[in-house]
Amino acid sequence: MATATFRIWRGNAEGAEFVDYDTEVSEGMVVLDAVHRIQAEQANDMAVRWNCKAGKCGSCSAEVNGQPKLMCMTRLNDLPLDEPVTVEPMRAFPIIKDLVTDVSWNFKVKEKMKPFTPRPPDAEDGTWRMEQEDIDHVQEFRKCIECFLCQDVCHVLREHDLHDEFIGPRFFVYAASLEMHPIDTENRLEELKDSDGIGYCNITKCCTKVCPEHITITDNAIIPLKERVVDEFYDPIKKLFRVFSR
Amino acid sequence: MASYETHEYDVLIIGAGGAGLRAAIEAAVGDLKVGLVCKSLLGKAHTVMAEGGVAAALANVDERDSWRVHFADTMRGGQYLSSARMAELHAQESPDRVRELEAWGALFDRTQEGGILQRNFGGHQYPRLAHVGDRTGLEMIRALQDHGIHQGIEVHMENTVVSLLKTGDRVSGAFGYEREKGRFKIFSAKAIVLATGGVGKAYKITSNSWEYTGDGHSLAYHAGAELIDMEFVQFHPTGMVWPPSVRGILVTEGVRGEGGILTNSEGNRFMFDDIPELYVDQTADNPEEGWLYTQGDREARRPPELLTRDHVARCIVREVQEGRGSPHGGVFLDIAWIKEKLPNASEHIRRKLPSMYHQFKELADIDITQEPMEVGPTTHYIMGGIRVDADSQMTAVPGLFAAGECAAGLHGANRLGGNSLSDLLVFGKRAGEYAAQFAEENEAVPLDEAELDTIAEHTLKPFENPPNNGNGEQLGPYDIQAQLQDKMQALVGIARSQESLTQALEEIQNLREKAEDVHAVGNREYNAGWHTALDLDCLLTVSEAIALAALERKASIGAHSRDDHPEKEEPGAGKYNTIVRKADDGTMGIRREPVEELRSDLQEIIDEIG
Repeated sequence: MATATFRIWRGNAEGAEFVDYDTEVSEGMVVLDAVHRIQAEQANDMAVRWNCKAGKCGSCSAEVNGQPKLMCMTRLNDLPLDEPVTVEPMRAFPIIKDLVTDVSWNFKVKEKMKPFTPRPPDAEDGTWRMEQEDIDHVQEFRKCIECFLCQDVCHVLREHDLHDEFIGPRFFVYAASLEMHPIDTENRLEELKDSDGIGYCNITKCCTKVCPEHITITDNAIIPLKERVVDEFYDPIKKLFRVFSR
Repeated sequence: MASYETHEYDVLIIGAGGAGLRAAIEAAVGDLKVGLVCKSLLGKAHTVMAEGGVAAALANVDERDSWRVHFADTMRGGQYLSSARMAELHAQESPDRVRELEAWGALFDRTQEGGILQRNFGGHQYPRLAHVGDRTGLEMIRALQDHGIHQGIEVHMENTVVSLLKTGDRVSGAFGYEREKGRFKIFSAKAIVLATGGVGKAYKITSNSWEYTGDGHSLAYHAGAELIDMEFVQFHPTGMVWPPSVRGILVTEGVRGEGGILTNSEGNRFMFDDIPELYVDQTADNPEEGWLYTQGDREARRPPELLTRDHVARCIVREVQEGRGSPHGGVFLDIAWIKEKLPNASEHIRRKLPSMYHQFKELADIDITQEPMEVGPTTHYIMGGIRVDADSQMTAVPGLFAAGECAAGLHGANRLGGNSLSDLLVFGKRAGEYAAQFAEENEAVPLDEAELDTIAEHTLKPFENPPNNGNGEQLGPYDIQAQLQDKMQALVGIARSQESLTQALEEIQNLREKAEDVHAVGNREYNAGWHTALDLDCLLTVSEAIALAALERKASIGAHSRDDHPEKEEPGAGKYNTIVRKADDGTMGIRREPVEELRSDLQEIIDEIG
């Protein structure tokens, strides 16, 4: 069995540093397995979030060799093991301890957004009829596992720290899933333009690249929302139409 | 007395998976103050792992389905040990609970007519599982979460409850700690709902996460509630077996529902070799008929791969034991073969089973559209659990309710796939409703403050214990947990005997003594080792209950198999449930109670449908 070195971020807000751990690695292991082995054998008190270990819950987000990844879906045989593998917490959020960050801001953002508001049921059984093709896109957005890797990599949050003015890719995907939901009646365009700060996104597609669920965040969610905002607030014909329809 | 951060609620829910969220939403319908405590972040609970679908007799795909057929299927699947009243309520109410999710934003896959699409699953006579590809659990928990956050519920994320508090006979609160700083929190409540999920972490090979340590079972047991039918642990037939690091991760039954077949190393479709008598009439007797069934042919009977999970798991174990297994100790699950039948099979598989495709591709370098998977049984679910009143979900302790996997009664000796997601909706709602009613009808009772310091002291003990005992034996939390998992896997797994179970109980006792001295390094701040040390008591309690109940049931029925008692019923014993309760002297007591007699109208349904 081979040995590899893992350089793991240890500490809290008051101070932290990389600590090297050597551990045995075997076929098929993922980064989370190595972290668990180190935790069980060498560092019992190491903090790491995880749940499903199958890429379905989005708990074990971290930066592996500088790349935002789910630790449970990052295989060791895709990494160069002749040098230390660095594992550090997501940098766009405040650290709690070791690999665990304070992601509570995300939960607060969601709470402030206008909730799903369906139109009255129109089928006999008190529900709605919807065509599969009309919900395909929304289902793509609803694949999101809320790992917040897209938030982590977004420069508006990561470098410019505009958490108060910009909700980040995760919540544009959420907004898109509501706005494009065939039975939702709410309009969220004004918030998207103002408090949600969709204008800050300059479509670098970093979020799309890191999404473990392969949601085409920029093309399918953010750009269509931007277009709707433009249509609603900046389209001269529509503006004129609004004047006359008052 | 030390001072503690205290939160007061009318209703406190412990656990935020599907059952906990559904209970919280229901409890918050009126003006009551509702608190929700969960060990992880919101939306990460194990419900997220559920893949195949939620069972509800909507009859969207086959109009012959009805609550009566669903009821009969559930009773048969549970080998008639279920609470018939729970099975009745479940079958009747699950359609409304599923439709309600759509009103909260869930988007299930659609039929041609635009209704909710339903798929086939083991033990269900008609296509009954509403689903979203193979990520149904995620869809459900997200719908509940996104609706729940607007209902005025106070959520305490990453908090763990270590003890329930009682005042007299009644439950009055809960003692917990928050993971971040390790500070204690006291929750006082007029009514409490346990919705903590299962016990999979007691076993080595499991589809369950670190959270599944039997907290609710253990909290309820120590508070004086009864545990029922704990011997029935479901080993899901298809978990991943290779590579070793992913062993146990679930492979959805949906693969078989879409036409996947099980074969052994000789290429034989071995499930045709052993079809239980109870199911002969409902099972296809040739591969073509089985295939037609999965493609929606209403005249065809289901393929034997879709027999109940207990049976499929046993057949797989038999193949492996008799030397016909796959290279890594499982059998083959093949969905790629359907390319013989469908022109666009590869795309079809990726669309129907996207996360399975992804999971095997990323974790095992296997393209399931081209080659078979290797699968074997994995600890998945516990049918047994906290005994509750069928209608209200209240336990034997006044004010204490339970719902979802930690509660018991619906599934009997074996749970049908898809019935857990409907279980948590139906009984999560009921638990929330009746807990709210209890809170409205009863005054708050003051906490017994002297008790708090004792619990606090016990909770901090792992830091005081020395790192090893006099014999130089290490007493780290992970060591003890791993030893327990090894023993439970080997001695209380799929095949059990008087000898293995007796030995298991001795081992559990030894480990309990070690766990008393478990040592935690570091401080209270987000310390996984300390948390694991505290979880040990719950794991040991449920492990003992499982082993004790398994020893008591001298028969092989449903998910419980005794090598020394292969017959389905113990001669002269009749149908019974096993009941575990903490005795006055603190030891674990067990007794039997005859299964409640069926109401005549329910008996008629079973007689008619089978």
